[in-house]
Amino acid sequence: MDISLKILRYDPESDRKGHWENYIVDAEPEERILDLLHKIKWFEDGSLSFRRSCAHGVCGSDAMVINGENMLACQVLVKEVGNPIKIEPIRGLPVVKDLIVDMEPFFESYKKVMPYLINEKEPGERERLQSPEDRDKFEDTTKCILCAACTTSCPVFWTAEAYVGPAAIVNAHRFIFDSRDQGTTQRLEILKDVNGAFRCRTAFNCTSACPRGIQVTKAIEDIKRETLLNN
Amino acid sequence: MKVIKHSFDGVIVGAGGAGLRAAIEAAPHMKLAVITKLYPTRSHTGAAQGGMSAALANVEEDNWNWHAFDTVKGSDYLADQPAVDILCKEAIDAVIELEHWGLPFSRLENGKIAQRRFGGHTVKEGESPAFRACYSADRTGHMILQTLYQKCVSMGVTFFDEFQVLDIKIEDGICQGVIAYELATGDIHIFETRAVTFATGGFGKIFKVSSNAHSLTGDGPGILYQKGLPLEDMEFYQFHPTGIYRLGILLSEAARGEGGILRNKDGERFMERYAPSIKDLAPRDMVSRAIATEISAGNGAGPDSDYVYLDLTHLGAETIKKKLPDITDFVRTYVKIEPIDEPIPVQPTAHYAMGGIPTDINSRVVSDEKGTVLPGVYAAGEAACVSVHGANRLGTNSLLDIVVFGKRAGQSMVDYVTQTKPNSISESASDDLSKKINSLVEKEHTEEFSVAKIRKDLQESMEENAKIFRTRETLEKQTEILEELRERYENVTIFDKSKVHNSELVEAIELDYLLDMSEATVASALARNESRGAHSRQDFPDRDDENFMKHSFAFKKDNTANLKYRDVELGKYEPMERKY
Repeated sequence: MDISLKILRYDPESDRKGHWENYIVDAEPEERILDLLHKIKWFEDGSLSFRRSCAHGVCGSDAMVINGENMLACQVLVKEVGNPIKIEPIRGLPVVKDLIVDMEPFFESYKKVMPYLINEKEPGERERLQSPEDRDKFEDTTKCILCAACTTSCPVFWTAEAYVGPAAIVNAHRFIFDSRDQGTTQRLEILKDVNGAFRCRTAFNCTSACPRGIQVTKAIEDIKRETLLNN
Repeated sequence: MKVIKHSFDGVIVGAGGAGLRAAIEAAPHMKLAVITKLYPTRSHTGAAQGGMSAALANVEEDNWNWHAFDTVKGSDYLADQPAVDILCKEAIDAVIELEHWGLPFSRLENGKIAQRRFGGHTVKEGESPAFRACYSADRTGHMILQTLYQKCVSMGVTFFDEFQVLDIKIEDGICQGVIAYELATGDIHIFETRAVTFATGGFGKIFKVSSNAHSLTGDGPGILYQKGLPLEDMEFYQFHPTGIYRLGILLSEAARGEGGILRNKDGERFMERYAPSIKDLAPRDMVSRAIATEISAGNGAGPDSDYVYLDLTHLGAETIKKKLPDITDFVRTYVKIEPIDEPIPVQPTAHYAMGGIPTDINSRVVSDEKGTVLPGVYAAGEAACVSVHGANRLGTNSLLDIVVFGKRAGQSMVDYVTQTKPNSISESASDDLSKKINSLVEKEHTEEFSVAKIRKDLQESMEENAKIFRTRETLEKQTEILEELRERYENVTIFDKSKVHNSELVEAIELDYLLDMSEATVASALARNESRGAHSRQDFPDRDDENFMKHSFAFKKDNTANLKYRDVELGKYEPMERKY
């Protein structure tokens, strides 16, 4: 069937600002939005630019705004979004070209929260032990693929780019609630900052946007609670 | 086109598991750069699901020698046994090291790392399936990739994200550096360096139905192959038995490790007929052949009788939710069925290259079948061929391979850099590449010579003629098709003329590598008149140890390959008939 796509295009070498372009693509209801973008790029307009790699929702390359909501283009099917389909780049990060945004500020925020295991104690020759219950405490936040769907859906992030954003907080959570980690105080100190977890206004956009089903807002609330308990 | 020059002691190309592990080893000892055409966390290591084997013996008695036996038998005796010993022995420390760096493994009640069963892994050399695969639900690769990247962030490793390496400069047999194209600007970057590791992953995109990411186009092997260096064992390509029907998205062998069963259209558990002792947990080559055989015998399901079922319905909602959450999500997302209640339509999907850039056990690239080391050039992971997987890789051994031989690549870089002095690369080193890019961009676009059309014809024809079952006839036919495709590629054109994120230009260059990989694969397959592991010739159905206990080395020659051979390095396991 014919699907009508409206894509927000921007070419930094010729455009002063973004403009909409319309395409008609023949597609099956079971096809991914990414498949449709490929049909345009491969057989109609090779200049249409977007990131993609795994094409099944695990690499985090192709977050974009589809009919107003943040999604991975490879994880949503035509029959789920209807017809016509409107596609824009994710918001709050500078647009570089078409659906490609500058990811550097996003990864800078991620790096700020010390996203690695901190434990000065000699671990010994075998694995550190961890009970299944302790392991479960941070299971949800280990799933993050750094696609930026959560951060760029956040109304606070849109207006305050210094806010570390949901994804960075999720990655801090992944270590703060890991029984093997000893960096909680340092990370909470960072997240206590004016641009840390307390900037969250619990809009829940991040939770709806997460393609991995992470309870992002809950993770942020966990961090706020932990900060108050630690003080 | 701007040309920017950098100077490093070492450069790693690719930031998946092998590249990152090499970086962790090398970074403290040299000025190091890691160059990736993606962002590191987008690498395909993150798509690996089921586990990473090591004889930790956390669940039951185990021994790395049994792991080695299984790996050698699984390889259909083509793996080099000294290399397999290293893989299986060092596996134990490799897993512990990842745990120490924070990898969130699933845990047993006693707090130790959990282990599960996987295809071809047994206790006591075939007695029964072994609990050997260390895992984190069904997203083990994601956790490995994240953990290694986190470690690199903590160490302050220098990354060049979204830079595509397109050339290596070797003068008088000595590495001078690599040339990269910056995706965001279209600028050319010369990286002067004396040690380079290629960890660019596989090339599953030579086939139509594949579990591989779009980015897996054989860049590292392609760059070296075009320089006249050989590719080893290219005829051995693994098809994973359980890809989602038509899409090829991987459904982990862990599904069968946890008790999942393959059934044909009549509901019969057909693996009982093909591998009576370990049934659905037979190695991948055997299971994929069994599925293809069932389908050609008319036992496939669906309107076109072209798939079988992966049945998880008897496992119970709790096991599925806890141990297989991601793959069941994939089924819900892409097939719109509930795996707790319904069996899943699956078909074999192109998955893993056993072959690649030949290396020794220290991940040093060798330039011929005699094992001559090429100074300063290293390779690890799926891009490389050590060979630890021989003619068929066992599930979980790839995640092991990337960390064990990624580490060795890093160590070899350190050894080389500390023993040599910096050399200098010429300012004109990037001239050839600039010319190539300019001529691609300047050529007027025509539909006929579009990248996508040539690639589509390549993938469809490889799927048809060089997949699970091959014959001289299909391979000769494919050789002709590849010649035509190569001719068309000589005239390839692109529509996008821009400098910023010109991904069509990148796809055009990647297609060159895909053609190279296909040519080497088909030429190697045509010359191997036997069936061994994943290489199955219907006109030569038996294994021929007398003539083919050897690795193939394909050297690029026009649009095909010249083949040479090297004997397999044997060890304590004598080749025997492979039954399960």
